[in-house]
Formats: sequence, structure tokens, C-alpha cells
Amino acid sequence: DTWISTQKKIHSQLSLPVYPLQENRQFGSKMTDSKYFTTTKKGEIFELKAELNSDKKEKKKEAVKKVIASMTVGKDVSALFPDVVNCMQTDNLELKKLVYLYLMNYAKSQPDMAIMAVNTFVKDCEDPNPLIRALAVRTMGCIRVDKITEYLCEPLRKCLKDEDPYVRKTAAVCVAKLHDINAQLVEDQGFLDTLKDLISDSNPMVVANAVAALSEIAESHPNSNLLDLNPQTINKLLTALNECTEWGQIFILDCLANYTPRDDRESQSICERVTPRLSHANSAVVLSAVKVLMKFMEMLPKDLDYYGTLLKKLAPPLVTLLSAEPELQYVALRNINLIVQRRPEILKHEMKVFFVKYNDPIYVKLEKLDIMIRLASQANIAQVLAELKEYATEVDVDFVRKAVRAIGRCAIKVEQSAERCVSTLLDLIQTKVNYVVQEAIVVIKDIFRKYPNKYESVIATLCENLDSLDEPEARAAMIWIVGEYAERIDNADELLESFLEGFHDESTQVQLQLLTAIVKLFLKKPTETQELVQQVLSLATQDSDNPDLRDRGYIYWRLLSTDPVAAKEVVLAEKPLISEETDLIEPTLLEELICHIGTLASVYHKPPSAFVEGSRGVQHKRLPGSAGSGESVESPDPGAAATETPPAVIPSQGDLLGDLLNLDLTPTTTTGPPPPTTSGMQMGAMDLLSGGLDSLMGDESEPLGGDIGGNPAMGAAFGAAPATMPASFNAPGSGGLDDLFDLGGGVGMPMGALNPPKAVWLPAMKAKGLEISGVFVRRAGVIQMEMTLTNKAMSVMTDFAIQFNRNSFGLAPAGPLQILTPLSPNQSIEPLNNLQVAVKNNIDVFYFSCQYPISMLFVEDGKMERQVFLATWKDIPNDNESQFQIKDCHLNSDAASNKLQSSNIFTIAKRTVEGQDMLYQSMKLTNGIWVLAELRVQAGNPNYTVSSISLKCRAPEVSQCVFQNYEAVLKN
Amino acid sequence: MIGGLFIYNHKGEVLISRVYRDDIGGPLNGVMILLDAFRVNVIHARQQVRSPVTNIARTSFLHVKRSNIWLAAATKQNVNATMVFEFLYKMCDVMAAYFGKISEENVKNNFVLIYELLDEILDFGYPQNSETGALKTFITQQGIKSQTKEEQSQITSQVTGQIGWRREGIKYRRNELFLDVLESVNLLMSPQGQVLSAHVSGRVVMKSYLSGMPECKFGMNDKIVIDKQGKGGGSEDVAKSGKQSIAIDDCTFHQCVRLSKFDTERSISFIPPDGDYELMRYRTTKDIILPFRVIPLVREVGRTRLEVKVVIKSNFKSSLLAQKIEVRIPTPLTTSGVQLICMKGKAKYKASENAIVWKVKRMAGMKESQISAEIELLPTNDKKKWARPPISMNFEVPFAPSGLKVRYLKVFEPKLNYSDHDVIKWVRYIGRSGIYETRC
Repeated sequence: DTWISTQKKIHSQLSLPVYPLQENRQFGSKMTDSKYFTTTKKGEIFELKAELNSDKKEKKKEAVKKVIASMTVGKDVSALFPDVVNCMQTDNLELKKLVYLYLMNYAKSQPDMAIMAVNTFVKDCEDPNPLIRALAVRTMGCIRVDKITEYLCEPLRKCLKDEDPYVRKTAAVCVAKLHDINAQLVEDQGFLDTLKDLISDSNPMVVANAVAALSEIAESHPNSNLLDLNPQTINKLLTALNECTEWGQIFILDCLANYTPRDDRESQSICERVTPRLSHANSAVVLSAVKVLMKFMEMLPKDLDYYGTLLKKLAPPLVTLLSAEPELQYVALRNINLIVQRRPEILKHEMKVFFVKYNDPIYVKLEKLDIMIRLASQANIAQVLAELKEYATEVDVDFVRKAVRAIGRCAIKVEQSAERCVSTLLDLIQTKVNYVVQEAIVVIKDIFRKYPNKYESVIATLCENLDSLDEPEARAAMIWIVGEYAERIDNADELLESFLEGFHDESTQVQLQLLTAIVKLFLKKPTETQELVQQVLSLATQDSDNPDLRDRGYIYWRLLSTDPVAAKEVVLAEKPLISEETDLIEPTLLEELICHIGTLASVYHKPPSAFVEGSRGVQHKRLPGSAGSGESVESPDPGAAATETPPAVIPSQGDLLGDLLNLDLTPTTTTGPPPPTTSGMQMGAMDLLSGGLDSLMGDESEPLGGDIGGNPAMGAAFGAAPATMPASFNAPGSGGLDDLFDLGGGVGMPMGALNPPKAVWLPAMKAKGLEISGVFVRRAGVIQMEMTLTNKAMSVMTDFAIQFNRNSFGLAPAGPLQILTPLSPNQSIEPLNNLQVAVKNNIDVFYFSCQYPISMLFVEDGKMERQVFLATWKDIPNDNESQFQIKDCHLNSDAASNKLQSSNIFTIAKRTVEGQDMLYQSMKLTNGIWVLAELRVQAGNPNYTVSSISLKCRAPEVSQCVFQNYEAVLKN
Repeated sequence: MIGGLFIYNHKGEVLISRVYRDDIGGPLNGVMILLDAFRVNVIHARQQVRSPVTNIARTSFLHVKRSNIWLAAATKQNVNATMVFEFLYKMCDVMAAYFGKISEENVKNNFVLIYELLDEILDFGYPQNSETGALKTFITQQGIKSQTKEEQSQITSQVTGQIGWRREGIKYRRNELFLDVLESVNLLMSPQGQVLSAHVSGRVVMKSYLSGMPECKFGMNDKIVIDKQGKGGGSEDVAKSGKQSIAIDDCTFHQCVRLSKFDTERSISFIPPDGDYELMRYRTTKDIILPFRVIPLVREVGRTRLEVKVVIKSNFKSSLLAQKIEVRIPTPLTTSGVQLICMKGKAKYKASENAIVWKVKRMAGMKESQISAEIELLPTNDKKKWARPPISMNFEVPFAPSGLKVRYLKVFEPKLNYSDHDVIKWVRYIGRSGIYETRC
């Protein structure tokens, strides 16, 4: 009945020729163009210049081609600008296009000369040939020179209303170009309204380009109602969708995705008109359609028949994307990963299509693996496991690791499969391939956590591989296992001790894990492991500069010393179960990413604000509320969804700190002498542990706290403990606070005889019994704040901490907390070298301020080169010079120089003019400010007299302080 | 949108560089730095390409590779990545349609043309009409001086119009249609002969030489259509045709096909482009005819010897002939010698490819053939086991493994006086192996 039976023939040729022969000839004749790439000889520019100015058209054209070729390979041919522009007036369209190409590249660097081209552009915009009109307006928009932009407005206005659709669609894009150069101009000229009108154009491509241009402009004006999407415009867009090019369909679908329908009925009717796009050959059309559907589906009630139909319709096109080219597969897989997280039901039966093919590029393989795990369920787990086992023997290391990890994740996700997974992992460990073993151990740790007391029989096998583990994650996992099951591993202490030897070379992850594991071990087998736990605690707290490690160390230490029973409860507490799904994207981010399906955001799995600069794309998109909630139905403004989410208010650091300090305060309402309790760190370590041990061992002794606190010597020792506060400008992340903790331990620096006298900074009256006196000194290049804290109250003070307020030279204790809530809003009246300090203990926070001598800030390398000195002196404006008189100072120049040298004030040169010695000196402050000085010493009788000083500095504020310092040093 | 488009040769030298947006570094210097960044980080990267999307210096590069030419699009914005890749492929198609294979030589020879094309098909980074048929009417490298006003407006209306893929006024003395059903059948089979996954991805490729603006309607044995028709007609029909219908998992169409009509009526109607085009792609997973079955047998004899026996069985009508059969049996890297015996065709051990390649020119249906190999291995201390890559197969058969049949292709041209009967139509089915693997 059909034509096939009558006319069926097999045609002999299998592959069809890609292009007809005559065209081959046509472009074959151009086989000479590649020669332009090879010109490298000298004098080339000069030659080109001559050729460009040739009378012969052909020669001219050849020359312009050479110029373009040079431009492409990165040579600077901007010198030829006038000559090339001269070729612009031509009937030859090919030549014209080449000249335009040149112009687009170089106009910005030669704005004045680019003006020469304007006339031709304006003329071309009036050309009878629509192709030339469009070419002119297209090119003009690409020339980012302000002066030219002005001339562009009139031609653009005409072109937007041109009778030819080709010109209009080009002009529509040109509005976006112009907006990028000068947004204000576009608004003032009313181009935005004209662009909006083009959405109703009769030509689908004009509509599509107008939509693209408007969407882009709207992105940089998040609050404007530029893309006024309402049911009428949506209808227009949906009509154009059926008629325009594949690219136009993408622009329109991407724009539609920003719309929030008023109710579920509108939502459904849009979905119905978008679904046919799922059969388009262009993957981008398909994915953009999926984006619209995924978003609008949120509004459909789940019991609606159509909802189910839609879900079913989504699966096949997504699977089809996997037969596209590998790059598209990759983008599709990244998106499917999101879709599966949001709506797992769509692809739950499609596991097989995600099986890895041997020849897939690695990036496709890795992504497929991710999705396989997400889709794994009891129904398909056998197949999945068989596949994963297969993959674990492949070549690519990353892929194999991920496959091994995936097996572990299957075990956690599908309980029924756990046993098979574990035995598969054990098989893999037997291969002894190093990275396979390590990866397997990491996942087995998670399996232990998920199913406690089920698979511990494998521990022995794991322990055999201890030596081959060289990656931190695997070592940490193994240590965790040993610690967790210490009571079942006979030589747990030996195993852990072996790790302890190289404690400081381990990564933080391993150190933390080792600390915890040994504490666990100690709590389980206290008798044999006492030494080990002391060792690890002292390694963690004393020899490490990692604050996390130290904090954890101290916590354990205190916990063990104050209440070992509680320690047991805390450290060996029942762990919360780990979740089945890992690597899930956080829900709000996932929602945002769903709104960006198909785009780079969906490939990176990051919001656009994470990788797009400037205002574009910073607004967060959100899925519309579901139909049940009724929110979106009531929402009167469809644009609102795209623009809300104000940035969260992040409290300023200062406030945070204030809270932190207040947080720890114990109520000060205690009356009478409180029982002398104290914390572990005021004790000798041995003392403490023995106490802890006693109660651990079930000794009948008193509660630990009382026992230890009863030691009167400790309290006394603490009463007036000298403390040294090394403060550093670089604040290496820790130090200050922790050093304070060392207070009770008596680790303070020995007080030398050189110490200047301390001044009382905080009288006891003001600080509920705490008196602080102190002094600043500079020793061996380090600024130190030496303080004596005296407890004049009746009760013991603990929990000391210190903070400095923001100060002129950025002085800070080397601790993570650096700035305090401002004490005095009126800082300007205070001397520069004023330092506001807060000291905290268990009673309150006390604020005081003290002054440090500025000489403390003079650094050791403050000696300037003569030449530099001269130049700098001249360079600093005279306004910055301050003169001071020094009275009653009888020193000769050498003596003065020596004295000053000890405070890091360096004499660079000396000059004698009319019996007056001039000393030129320099000093450098810790924050890099240089101060230059000219010191005059009168050779009077009978003694020399230092008479006056001129100081020059780029920051003249410091001059006063520096002068005071001079006076202090010289007169001392 | 796309900020710039670059073409590199395999050495990383820039052949074409077109900047569309200022944000990717402004003219000249900034762009040169970007060009370098891509070369250093991707083209010259020591590792295998880990992703076709790379973010360097807050700029995203999306690239594809054709033979040893790299095409890269750079952007600073959150572009539609799918669209960019589709565009890059389209760009390759357009270039191929103009000057054949995309090679360094061809790109250099046609660089002026490429710039002209890039100016036309990408405006401010937005893809514009990229149908070769339309482009060839006005991007000719010949200048357009000679065009009349009518011709000009015809061009612009085609480029922007609803039927951008076809121009008016085409005339042929003989109206002819060629239709190829090209299928590639993919298989992954376990050593025990269990089908792990199998699917057919097919394409309907047409070549039409028809006058005027013909309206075409294409019909095939799609299960949904046949079932629907069956409901209307007698039950006999259902029984008769239902057996032959196939379930299509999914299909996609050339942009000439009216998608909304397919969505509602499942009918495929279109105004075809002139010349070559791909009308549709489809995918099936049910009731696939697997033309060959591969039965592998690998035995490790001691540590230095491997015995391999592979049997292939053809599974189609004995009157049909399969061609270009090739079986590729991977061998371990430590292979030192191979001895081969095969019943049919020629077999060779190719050391450079680490595989035994067995070629058979022709094989009829319902036959079987086998090869046995003895592989000598060098003794090693390597603990790592040989990964045993799957045995793969290539072939070509003169039928559609999915079972797809063309039922009709009707042509109507209301304005010109030729009818459906006057059109000469040709149809052909070719089934080829896609990734056809059996694990061993």
C-alpha cells in the first residue's frame, strides 16, 4: 500500500558527501589565505602601510587581510589605524567587514581617530541594502568610544523601526550593547520602551532578540519592572516560541523561567505549551524547557493528574541528552544531579542509562557515578554493586577512588546491601592497591558508624594495612576505628602510640583524631594508658600552635580532671546516626540552582554570585511556593520572587566579641567567700591526673573538684602572678589568649632587672579587686606588654582573657579576637599611643587604658639609605614638617646619637654648619611609617646643647609622640 | 552571554580570536592574557582534560575539540552552558559545510570567511540564525553588490523568518527524496551473556530535492500511533500491525518539524530544508534485535600465559549479510607474544593498541565463527591486576535493529502542479554498532 514496496532500492553509496563539489571549488580558490599567518619579516608595518594606500582594490584587500591575520596572532597593528580606516569607504562588502573587524578591536585605543569612521557608519545606516544597514548598526554598537556612542543614537532609533526584520533584530541587540556602555543614555533616549514594543513584533526573531536584550538589561536593574511579564506578554512569548530559531527559543524559555504564574491553572497552561520543546533536537532548548517545567511544577497540586503526566514526560528527554556529545552529556549530568535531588521520582527507573561506558571521558564517568549512587535503591542495588565492583578495577585513580567510595555509600543508603558492600570492600582491600585500600578504609569507618557493632570482625584485616596508609583521611579514619573499638583491639595502645611518634608531622585531621582516640582508649583502659594520654595531651596543648587542637586538648584535659565520669559520658556518648545521603546540596541553594538549570551555575553547583563579578546575576532566584501553601496565589507582584531575600545582617565583629566576652560571665551575685574551686590548668599536670585517675578507678575519694581546689598553694601562687604578654602585629592566629592561660602554671617570663617600673593601669577599686599594673618594653624585636595582676579580693579569679581596642598602630594580642566594642566613641582627643585594654576574669570584664612609649614601635631595620633619605626628605611636603625645641639637654652629638640608637633611632649623616651639628636620623614604625628627623646640636659653651629638632613624616600625627620620645630618651 | 570565541591549533597557537564583550578583558592585552591562560591551563595541561568547563581567573571557558583544533568560548557571566556547547557544535557544522574538514590548514585558509561567519551567527554573544542553507545565500565571500532589491529582502526574510531553513522559489526538474534510517546499536553484556544495558540510537537522515515549499508528512511504525489507529479500526488490524510496531523511548526533531503537532497528534509534519538534513533522532530500549552475540572465554594459565577463545554468533535472517565485522580483544600490557587461530577472516595482534583485532569482511545471518588465542605474558611483580577491558565489536547490517519501519512519507505542494506520486522516493536501513561491548 505504500510507495516503499514499489520503489525500494538500495543506493550504493554509504556515506553522503558533506558538501557539493562546486562549493569545494569556490573555497578551494582561496587556498592562499594561510600565507597571511606567516609574515614575520622586518619592516612589515611599513610595507603594509604602503599596500593599504595602494590604488589597486585587490592589493588593498590583501593588505587588510594581512593586518587582520597579524591582529589575530597578537601583533600590535594599531599603528595602521588611519590607513585601514581609509579603506572603509568601499562597495566591497567583504573588505568593509574586515575593516569593521579591525575597528572593533582598536577603536578604544585610538578614540580620536575612530571618529573618522562615524560618517561612514551613519551613511551605511541609510543604505538601501538591509544587510549593510544591519552591519553598520551592529558594528557601531561594538565600538566602545563615548564620542561615537553619541552618534549612534539617531541611526539606532531608525533601525529599531526599520521596515526590514533583519535590521530590527540586529538593532534590538544593539540596545543591549549600548546599555552596557552607557546605561543612562539608553534610558534617556527611550530605547527601553522601543525595545519593549518589539516584544509584540510580527517577526519571531525580532521578538527573541528583544527578549534577550531586555533580560540582560533587567539583570543589571534587579528592581526595575523592565521585563513586565504578565499573562499577555507571556502569551506573546509562547506564540513566538513556536516560530523562532532554536536560539530564539532558548532566549524565550530562559526568560519564561523568571516568570511566576499567578495560580496553578496558569502554571499548567504554560507547562502544556512548553512540553513540546522537550522533543527539540537542540539540547539547550530541551534543558531550558526542563527548567521552566521544574519551576512551574512547584505550583501544581500533587494530586493533579497532569502533575503525574508531566513527571513522566520529563524522564525520556533527560535520558536522551546522554546520547549527545560528551561535553553536552557533562552539562546534562551536572543538571540531572540537581534534578534527582529535587525530584528523585523522575529518573528512579532509569539507573541503567547511567552505567559508565569504557570509552566515556573521565568527566562523564565521574558524574555518572554520582547519579548512580543517588538513584541506588533496594530494587536495583545488586546491579549497581556489580557495576561499581567492575569500575574499581579501572585505570583512572580518581574514578576508582570514587567507585570505592560509592560502594560504601551504597552500604549506608541501602541497609540490605550493607553486608555485600562490606565483603566487596574487603575483596578490594585484598588487592593491596594502595589508593583502593585507603579509600576503602575511609568508607568502612562510615559503615561502622551507620551500623555499630555489626561488622567489627573486619577490624583485624584493616589493622594489617596500617602501614600502607599515607593519606591523612585514611590515617584519621583508621585511628578513629582503633579508638572507637579500643576495647576489642588487644594492642590498641601500641597502634596508637606508633602514630604518636610523628605527631607534629601529621596533618591536623590526624592529630585531632589521634587526640580523641587516645582519650577514648584511656577512658576504656585507664590503667595501662595513663602515660599515653598525658603524652598526647601535652603534645596537643603545649607543643602545638593549632588553636583547634589546643582547645580540644584543654577541653579533654579539664574534663578528665574535673569529672572523669562526665568525661566518659561525653567522650563515649552514643553518636548520632549519620545520614543516608551524603554530599546533598543545601536545600535553599538547590532551589536556586534549579532556577538556573542549563547555565554555568548548574555546572559549577554554585550560585551565580560566586563566580560572576559585578551586579549581574547577584540576585537570588527562588522556586515559587507550592499550590497548597497559597502564598504564590496571593502574591500580587510576579517579579517579587526574583528580587527578595535581602542580605542577611552580619553583626560587626566588635559586637560579636562583646557578646562573646559577656557570655562567659558567671553571675557576680555570690556572697561570702565562695568555695575555693579552680580549674585544671592551675594544677600541675601530674597532680591532676592522679586525682582524675583515682576517681576513674573507683577510689572512694571525695569529688574531684574539692580535692584539687583545696590546695592553698595554688591559690596563693595565682594571687599575684607576673605575666608577660607577647603582642605581635602579625597576629599569627593564636597566642595571646592561650598564653594567658599559662598564668597559673607559672610559665611567665622571668622578670629581668632591666625592667622599667610598672605603672598602675587599673586600680583595684575599679575592677572588683583586680589590680593591673604594667609596662611596655621592646625586647629582641618583639613588643611586650608586661603586666602584674594582683588579686586584692577575697575570692579566686579565673578565666582570664584579654583584648585590645582598635588602636593607632594596630597593636593586638596574638589571638583570634582582636577588636573590642568601642569604649569611647570620642577617640580623637586621646593620645595616639593610647591603648584600651579589656581584661576579663570570672567576675567581670574590666576596661582600662594605658599609654605605651612610641619608641617601642621603632623597628630594628629603621636605618635609611642616604640617597633614599635625601629623596624622601624632599618628597615629603613641607606642611608635614614639625619643629620642636628641646630645652635643658646637654649632650654632644655623638652621645645623643648613641643614646638614640638604642631606641632604634638611627643617625644617617652628620653635618656641621657654623658650629652647629646637624644630625640626620630616621626611624621606622612597625606599621611601615618612616619618620625622618633633623636634630640640631649647638656647640655652645661650656657644653653642647641639643637645641631643636625638625621631624618630617608622611603621617604628621605621629610627630608629637616622636618628639616626646626624643625628649624622654635624651633626658634620661 | 559568550564574551569571546577562540580557535586554537593543537600547539595552542591562536588561529581565530573574536571578542564580543568588553568584560572578558577589553581589547588586546586583557584578551591576550586570557588566551594564554587557556593555553597554559587546558591545552598544555599535563593531565587529561578533567572538565569541558574550566574557570580560570574568574573567566569560564567552555571548549570542544575537533580533530586537533580547539574551539573555546570565554565568558564572565552565568551563561546558558548547554547553549554555548550546542553553538560550538553548530559552528563546527557551519564551517564544515563551507570548507570541509576542520583542520588547521582549512581554518587558516578560510580565516576571513570564519570571521565573517562569526560576525553573522553571533551578535554580542547571542547566537543568531546559523542554518547553513540561509547563510550560504549571503555569506559567499563574493560581495553582494550584484543583488537586486528583491533578492536582498528575500535573504533577510529567510534569515529572520519562520522558515529560516528554506528559501522560496526552489525548482527541480525531477522531484526526489532520499531517506536513510541510520541506527547505532549499543550493548553492554556481562561475561555470562546477560544484557546489562542495550539501546538503539537512531537517526532519520534525509536528502530532499523538491520544488517549491512542500508540506511533508512522515510516518513510521510507532507503537503509540498504531495502537491509536487500531482502536479506531477493526481488531484484526491491531493484531496484524501491533506486532510490528516499536516503542520509542524518546525522539527529537529538526527545527522544521512542528513540535506542537507532534505533541498533540504524534504526527510528524514539516516543510523540509533543501538538500541534506537530519529529520529526527530517536532512542529505543525494548525488543532490540542484537545482531551479534559475543561469547568470551578467558583463562589464565599460570602467571605468564593467557588463553582466550571468542565465539561470535550472528542473529538475523540468514538471507542478510553483515559487513565490516571487527572484533577487538584487549590484551594485557605485559603481552610478549600472541598465537592466533581463526576460522574466518583475518586476525592480527596489534602491540601498539594492546589488542587482537579480528576482521571478517562478510557474514550471513544465523552463523557462528570463533577465534582462539594464546597470549604469552612477561612475568612481573606488579600487584595490580589487569583491568580486563571489555571486548568490543564493530559491524554494519542492512536492517534497523530497533525494528523501525518507514510507513509513508507524503509530499504536498499546493502551489506547484506535482503530486505525491510524482516524487521519487528512496529508502535505506543501515544498522551499525555503537558501543557494542562484552565484558570478559
